[in-house]
Amino acid sequence: MTHLPFIAASYALGVLIPLLFGIAAFTRMGTARRRLAAIDPRAHRAGAVSGGAGPRHHRTRSGA
Amino acid sequence: MPFVDASSAVAPPRSGPRPSRSLHRFANPGRFLRLSGAVLPWLAVPGLLLSVIGLAWGLFFAPADWQQGDAVRIMYVHVPSAWLASAGYVGLAVCSALSLVWRHPLADLAAVEIGPVGAGFTALCLITGSLWGKPMWGAWWVWDARLTSVLVLFFLYLGHIALVRAFDDPERGYRAGAILALVGAVDLPIIKFSVEWWNTLHQPSSITLTGAPTMSMTMLWPLFVAALGYTLLFAAIVLARTRAAVMERRIRGLLMAKASREAAP
Repeated sequence: MTHLPFIAASYALGVLIPLLFGIAAFTRMGTARRRLAAIDPRAHRAGAVSGGAGPRHHRTRSGA
Repeated sequence: MPFVDASSAVAPPRSGPRPSRSLHRFANPGRFLRLSGAVLPWLAVPGLLLSVIGLAWGLFFAPADWQQGDAVRIMYVHVPSAWLASAGYVGLAVCSALSLVWRHPLADLAAVEIGPVGAGFTALCLITGSLWGKPMWGAWWVWDARLTSVLVLFFLYLGHIALVRAFDDPERGYRAGAILALVGAVDLPIIKFSVEWWNTLHQPSSITLTGAPTMSMTMLWPLFVAALGYTLLFAAIVLARTRAAVMERRIRGLLMAKASREAAP
């Protein structure tokens, strides 16, 4: 294969950059979801009813 | 304690012209979290698979170019990243327009989250272009109209990232960033037509809407698959970041409400 170092560097960056952005985005989203589940009163209500752990975003107007 | 609805995960829409009902419905943060949570796996998984297939196809199975040899394989990374550099900026400009016209905070958050991802893909486009240019042109960089206009796009992304974070009041930062993004959109047609308007070292477009592609289908298919995969991945990353930003804003709101309750006599 001709020009192998240039091709290898391009593909390494082409994999690495999207992968790093993807990992960072999904890690950040998971952290935010866990923190929200820990402090959101609606998450506790939803968890008590359904047994689920994650925050729910129902537009219920039942009050806190 | 007053009820905090999911729609208050970001501040309520400020005054401005009323968008159409359907558009406004999708801009509701609570609905956005539900919809984006359902859509996200359908973007991320196919995006990852198609990117891997497209890159492997381009690297191992697509034919070498009769003139450029194997260096043409850089195209399967360079072209999708170049497409996403421009497409990402279109997304940024659309969110900025939505923010300025309808003043909806979800558009602000989406614009803030598109910026770094778009800058990353523009950097990838510039670096892979440089890695392709060295063996083909004998230079890492030339001040060619196409290369220079893409470099300007990269600086526009960086300017947007810096500007939205430069104010103590985030609303002012979002507004300034939106204006910069809209003004900077003038660079997009310059990038697109630079190879026709000026005599450039960069080659003209191989794929046009009106004419037949000027490259073999055995090269075009892996390029299409890689571009589609990268596009889905880009959308998934932006969506995941925007979801995180919406949840983080809701966390801040809840913590501030708790602090003010505790501080009250």
